Amino acid sequence: MLFDYPTLKIVWWLLVGVLLVGFAIMDGHDMGVGTLLPFVGRDDVERRVVINTVGPHWDGNQVWFITGGGAIFAAWPLVYATAFSGFYWAMLAVLWALFFRPVGFDYRSKIDHPAWRRTWDWGLFVGGAVPPLIFGVAFGNLFLGVPFHFDANLVPYYTGSFWALLNPFALLCGVVSTAMITFHGAIYLMHRTEGAIQRRARLAMLAFGCLLLATFSAAGIWLWQGIDGFAIISAVDPGALPNPLAKEVVRQPGAWLANYTRQPLGVALPALAYAGTLIAMQLAAAGRTLPAFVASSLAIVGVIGTAGASLFPFVMPSSSAPGASLTVWDSVSSHLTLNIMLWATLIFMPVIVLYTGWAYKVMAGKVTADYIRENEHAAY
Amino acid sequence: MPSEQLVDLSRLQFAVTAMYHFLFVPLTIGMTWILVIMESAWVMTGKTIYQDMTRFWGKLFGINFALGVTTGITMEFQFGTNWAYYSHYVGDIFGAPLAIEGLMAFFLESTFIGLFFFGWDRLSRRQHLLVTLLMAVGTNLSALWILIANGWMQNPVGAEFSYVTMRMEMVDFWAVLFNPDAQAKFVHTVSAGYTTGAMFVLAISSFYLLRGHDVEFAKKSFRIAAAFGFASICSVIVLGDESGYTVGEAQQTKLAAMEAMWETEPAPAPFNLIAIPNEAEMKNDFAIEIPWVMGLIGTRSLDRQIPGIREIREKNRERIVSGIEAVSALEALRRQPDDAAMQAEFEEHKADLGFGLLLKKYTADVRQATPAMIERAVADTVPRVAPMFWTFRLMVLFGFLMLALFGAALWYSVKGCFAGRRWLLRWALWMLPVPWLSCELGWFVAEYGRQPWTIYGVLPTHLSVSTLEVGSLYGSLAGFVGFYTLLLVVEMYLMIRFAKQGPGSLGTGRYANEIAHA
Repeated sequence: MLFDYPTLKIVWWLLVGVLLVGFAIMDGHDMGVGTLLPFVGRDDVERRVVINTVGPHWDGNQVWFITGGGAIFAAWPLVYATAFSGFYWAMLAVLWALFFRPVGFDYRSKIDHPAWRRTWDWGLFVGGAVPPLIFGVAFGNLFLGVPFHFDANLVPYYTGSFWALLNPFALLCGVVSTAMITFHGAIYLMHRTEGAIQRRARLAMLAFGCLLLATFSAAGIWLWQGIDGFAIISAVDPGALPNPLAKEVVRQPGAWLANYTRQPLGVALPALAYAGTLIAMQLAAAGRTLPAFVASSLAIVGVIGTAGASLFPFVMPSSSAPGASLTVWDSVSSHLTLNIMLWATLIFMPVIVLYTGWAYKVMAGKVTADYIRENEHAAY
Repeated sequence: MPSEQLVDLSRLQFAVTAMYHFLFVPLTIGMTWILVIMESAWVMTGKTIYQDMTRFWGKLFGINFALGVTTGITMEFQFGTNWAYYSHYVGDIFGAPLAIEGLMAFFLESTFIGLFFFGWDRLSRRQHLLVTLLMAVGTNLSALWILIANGWMQNPVGAEFSYVTMRMEMVDFWAVLFNPDAQAKFVHTVSAGYTTGAMFVLAISSFYLLRGHDVEFAKKSFRIAAAFGFASICSVIVLGDESGYTVGEAQQTKLAAMEAMWETEPAPAPFNLIAIPNEAEMKNDFAIEIPWVMGLIGTRSLDRQIPGIREIREKNRERIVSGIEAVSALEALRRQPDDAAMQAEFEEHKADLGFGLLLKKYTADVRQATPAMIERAVADTVPRVAPMFWTFRLMVLFGFLMLALFGAALWYSVKGCFAGRRWLLRWALWMLPVPWLSCELGWFVAEYGRQPWTIYGVLPTHLSVSTLEVGSLYGSLAGFVGFYTLLLVVEMYLMIRFAKQGPGSLGTGRYANEIAHA
C-alpha cells in the first residue's frame, strides 16, 4: 500500500477538502451565475446570454458535488450517515433546490412564453442560491457542535430540530458561503459577457466581495471570542481501527483557534482568503477577469481551508455527547478502502481536469446577444 | 429498534424514487449508442440528414437526460438521509463503487454532454463524433459501477465483518469488482437500456410514417432502430437467462420465489409456466409445468437439484439459531473486545450473524427469542411468492413480444417495404411503453426479491434505516411525490410536443412542421 493507515487518514482529510474546494470553484461559479441571473439579465435575451455562459458546463461541474458526496460515503461512511440523516430537512432542501437546475437549464428555452421562462429563471436562482447558503449554515453548525449520539451498535441518533440549525452564527456562515460563491460567479460572468451585463456583474462582484470580507472577519472574531471549541483530552492512536466511542472530548474556550498556535503556518489559510478576495476584486475591477477568477478560486481555498483547519481533527463534533464526535481518526473507512480510493482519485482526477479544461477551451469567448439570436433553437 | 411504519415508509420512498429514476435511465443508456451510430453515418457519408437525425433525437434525449440527472442526485442523497445505518454498516464497500462512478464515468458523461449539445459549430466532425462516443462510454461505465454496487447488495463477496468497527469491511476489491452477479446484471441492464432506446426511435419514426411527414428521415431512423433493437433484445433475453443462472447460484430464495418452487423437485426440475401460488399452505393451487426446463435454466445440468422454498426455510432456521449465538457473542465483544473465548465463539457463528439480526425485528434481546419469533423470522427469509412469480413472468412475456416486433421490423426493413406495412407501424407505436414496463418489472424482481435484506444474508432491511421521526418520512415522501409528479408532467409535455413536431423543431428549413415552433 502507498501509505500507512494514519497517513492515509490525513491524506483523505486533504482529499475531501480538495473535492469540496473543487465543488465550490467549479459548481460554485455556475451557482453564483444562477443566483445573479434574475438581477443582471433584464430581458429574455440578456438572461439567455447569462445562462449560456454556463450552459455547456454546469452539468459536468455538478459532478464535483456528486463525486464529493460519493467520496465522503466511501472515505467517511459514519460522517455521511450521521450528517445526511441528522440534517435531514436541510439535505432535502438542498436536493429539492438542485432539482431546478437540470430542468431549468434544459427546459427553459424550449417554450417561448414569458411566464414559462420567468418561472425557470427563479428556479435557477433557487438552485444557485439555496445550496451554498445551506452548506454554509451546516458548516457553521459544525463549529457549534451537532446534537447526536450513537448507541452501542453505532446507530446514529440526531436529537435536534431543523429550526435549531438556523441560529445566528450558522446563518452568518451561510452568508459567508453565499457571498463567496456569488462573488466568484460574478467574476466568471464578467469574463464571459460584455456590455450592460458585464457592468451589472461588476457591481455584484464589488458588493459580494465586500460582503465576503466583512462576514468572514465577523465569523472569525465570533469564533475566537464567543464560541467554545472542542478538544480531545484522551490519548489518540492515529493508527487504531476506527471507533468513535473510544475517546474523551471536552469543550474549551478558544479551542477552534488552538491549531494556529500549534501550527503557525496555518495562518496562511485565512491570509489567503483575504488576499485572494482583495486581489480578485482589484483585478476584476481592472478588467483582467481571467486572473481574477484564479484569485477568487484561491480565496475559496482560503475560506474552506480555514474552516477545515480550525476544526481539525474534528469533522463533525457532537454537542450532546462530545465523546461521540466524529474525527479524521475514528470515522474513516478501512485501510484497504482508503488506499483503493486514493488510487482511483490519483488516476482519474488529472484526466478529469484535462478534459474539463478542453471543454472550456472549446467553448471559450464571450457569449453575446448575437450568438443567442443565431442559435435560437439550439442555445439554452 | 426502528418502528415497522418507519421501515415501510423508508422502503416506499426508496422504491418510488428509484423506480422513478429508472424511467429515465434506460432511455439515456440506449440513446447514447443510437446517437453514436447516427453520427457515425454522418461522418462516413457526409449526408446532412444523418446530422439532423443526431441533433433531433439528441434533443429528445436531452429532455429525458435532464430528469435522469435530477432524480439521480436523489439516489445518492438517500442512502445517507434515510438509510444511515446501512451507510455506516457497508459504506466501506458500497461507497467505493459510487465514488469511482463519479470519478470515472459521470464526469465523462456530463462534461461531454455539454459539448454534444453546444459544440456543433466549434468542433470538427470527427471531434464531435469523439465527444458523442465519450458521452456514450461515460453513460455505460456509469451503469457498470452502479450495478457493481447493486450486485454487491445481492451477492456480498470480498468483505468481512469487524466487531471493533461494527461494520462490514472490504478485504478483496477485485472480488467486489468481478462479482458474477454484478457482471450479469450489468450486461442484462444495459441491453435493456439499448432496447428501450431502440423502441423509442422505432415507435416515434413509425408515428411519422403513419402520418406521412418527414418520411425519409423516419425511414432512416426506423432502419437503425430495427437493427439495433433486434440485436439488443436478443442480448437482453440471452443475458437475462445468464442472470437467472447467477441468481440461482447466489440467491436461492429469489429463484425459488420467482418460480414458485415450494418443494425440492428431483433434478432436472420442471418449470412452472403458469401457477397460482398459495402462500398460506406453501403450495401451488394450480400449475402448468414444463418438464426439465427449470433444472436446465437454473443449474445448466441434468443432475443438480434446485432447493425449494420448504428446504430453504429449514436451512435458514438452522442459520437463525446459530445467528443468535453470533449476535450474543458480538454484544459481549462490544463490551469486552479482548475476551478470547468470546472471540472464538463469535468466529464460529460469524457467518450467520445476519440471520441472527433478523430476529431484532421481533425482540431487542435475541437470546430471549421465543420459538414463535424464530418461526416468523424463518418465514421472513423468503419474499412473498405471488408478486415475484407474476412480475417475472410479465417481464419475460414483454421481452418476447419485443423480440417478435423487432424481428418483424428488421425483416421488413431488410426487404425494404416496412414503410407501407401499416400494421407493423401501428404495432411499433403501441409497443412504446413496453420496454419501460419491463425495466420496472425487472427492478421489482431484483429488489423485492432480495427482501428481507438490504445486503443479502448480511444486513436485514429493518435495521438499515435512519432513526427518523415517522412524520419526517410522511413529509419527505409527500415532497418527492409532489415534485416528481410536477416534473413528469412538464417532461411529458415537452417530450410529446417535440416528438410530435419532429425534426422541424431544429429550425433548419428542411422538414415539416417548422411553423409550430414559435
